[in-house]
Amino acid sequence: MQTDISHTQSSWMSRHKLEIAPFIFLIPALFFFFIYVVIPILQSLQLSLYAWNGLYDGNGQSTSTFIGLENYRTLWVDPNFWISIKNNILWLFLYMLSVPVGLMIAIFLNQTVTGIRIYKSLFFFPFVISQVVVGLIFGWFYNPDFGIVAKVWQFFFCEETINFIGNKTVKCARPVPDILSSADYATYGIIFAGLWPQVAYCVILYLTGLNNVAADQIEAGRLDGAKGWKMLWYVVLPQLRPATFIAVAVTVIGALRSFDMIAIMTQGGPYGMTNVLSHYMYEVAISEYGERYGYGSAVATVLFAIMMVFISYFLWRMYQDERRGA
Amino acid sequence: MFPRPIERASKTSRVAYQSFLPFALFLWLLPLLAIFLTSMRGSKDINTGNVFGWPTEFKLIENYYTVFAQTEAVKYLINSFLITMPSVVISVSLACLAGYALAIYRFRLALPLFFVFVAGNFVPFQILMIPVRDLSVQTGLYDTIAGQFLFHAAFQTGFCTLFMRNFITALPFDLIESARVEGVAEWRIFWYIIVPLVRPAIAALAVLIFTFVWNDFFWANVLTQGEQVKPITAGVRALNGQFISNWHLVSAASLLAAVPPVVMFFLMQRHFIAGLTLGAVK
Repeated sequence: MQTDISHTQSSWMSRHKLEIAPFIFLIPALFFFFIYVVIPILQSLQLSLYAWNGLYDGNGQSTSTFIGLENYRTLWVDPNFWISIKNNILWLFLYMLSVPVGLMIAIFLNQTVTGIRIYKSLFFFPFVISQVVVGLIFGWFYNPDFGIVAKVWQFFFCEETINFIGNKTVKCARPVPDILSSADYATYGIIFAGLWPQVAYCVILYLTGLNNVAADQIEAGRLDGAKGWKMLWYVVLPQLRPATFIAVAVTVIGALRSFDMIAIMTQGGPYGMTNVLSHYMYEVAISEYGERYGYGSAVATVLFAIMMVFISYFLWRMYQDERRGA
Repeated sequence: MFPRPIERASKTSRVAYQSFLPFALFLWLLPLLAIFLTSMRGSKDINTGNVFGWPTEFKLIENYYTVFAQTEAVKYLINSFLITMPSVVISVSLACLAGYALAIYRFRLALPLFFVFVAGNFVPFQILMIPVRDLSVQTGLYDTIAGQFLFHAAFQTGFCTLFMRNFITALPFDLIESARVEGVAEWRIFWYIIVPLVRPAIAALAVLIFTFVWNDFFWANVLTQGEQVKPITAGVRALNGQFISNWHLVSAASLLAAVPPVVMFFLMQRHFIAGLTLGAVK
């Protein structure tokens, strides 16, 4: 009898093994991913409707109180929120420059002269380095006292005079700009620094893409008299579409995720003028002024909603490809 | 090949190209060269404002020695390894399993679950921040090494699964079919047929995830508090605050932070690039 049951069980197992097996393989990854990614997203969405300072009472119950859409109402009239939104848009647009610039550099490097492999690898370099380090370096570049920007500025706009007792004085027609302390220029300064690794990323993508451009089509184009821009636009770019898609996708995500550079270079300052949603959220949620978890979640939810627009588009594109492939 | 190969161009443009290359590279890497030069300066240069000119004295060994001897840099570096290595191992292993399931079996949830992994991989960190931090505090994982690598492993599983699934989909399916006909158990097919075939993907993911996790700064701030478990990225920031205006020392520490991913990149460049292009651009 015993053997009989196990026999039927095993045949049930073996009959359904192709339905059961995928879940056995999926369970560990799904478990981790749900605990640390999927469920937290839902919790954040929920938390954005509460006021909470992150504390628990004696019974281990959260001290949060439901306030409905109050956090969002506060956001609507919060000037710092709008500054962050404005900067996020700036980031999105200017960060996009890394796609064409990356393409140009990739085209420039797509030759087979001696040593080009090493040149290519060295051009990828900035992408591998932590953004913390990139932020520090560019922070020094922009330093108004000794940075490279200041030196170049002095060369053009300043005059060094030595008076009769030998004291040097520097007179500038226009004062040296302190980029990172300027409400007008700081964000541009940070984005410029951020472009450096991002361009490197796009160079990698396009160099790989250019490697696979069909040679016969290029030759056919040449025979038809296409060259330079025309060739690039009508023959090469269409073949680079997969690379362009990934380049745009990672650049959009990178622009909206930008946090490290801002935290290192300005911490959102001066007066919150360089904040973006990701940094503002962090500032609101964890800062010396007390923790506002609910409000922070509302900021995060807005950023999440913005990113979901792009993510949905990427998923839709992938879905189209899947269907075509199947 | 586009653009037209320079060998076919005139001699002058070839010479011009070859001499412009090093110059372009110099400009491109100027920030790195500057920080490297600064990491060998003496404090005299720093005090006189000579941060970007040619150094007046070379203190390479002294500066790096100071960083190692007088700061927590060694501890930060070890922490970074302790966080990064398990993250890589766990996320890549989980993704091998999950990618196999999503690529090989035809079931209704395959595509939706795949898209959950893809979408989850692109969400902003901030939407996860508070619940993950709270969860870590509740479970005693806050301010620990494990708390950091468990999160990184889970989060990177999304990207790894995306990559693995696409990689396995591109493998010849007949291989699996014929093994099934032979009556080979599913886990044996996975272990003896798939795993050896996905080695290049494992290599690509390992080097990529290593770089991503090593360079993480956000979660180091969210999930830690003390100096004991901080990785080097957060450490460099702490040193920057500690060594106010000692740019030569901060530069040295920054370069130390950059060395492991750079070495990884050079050793495994081909895999690294295959990983970055998501396998979509071959």
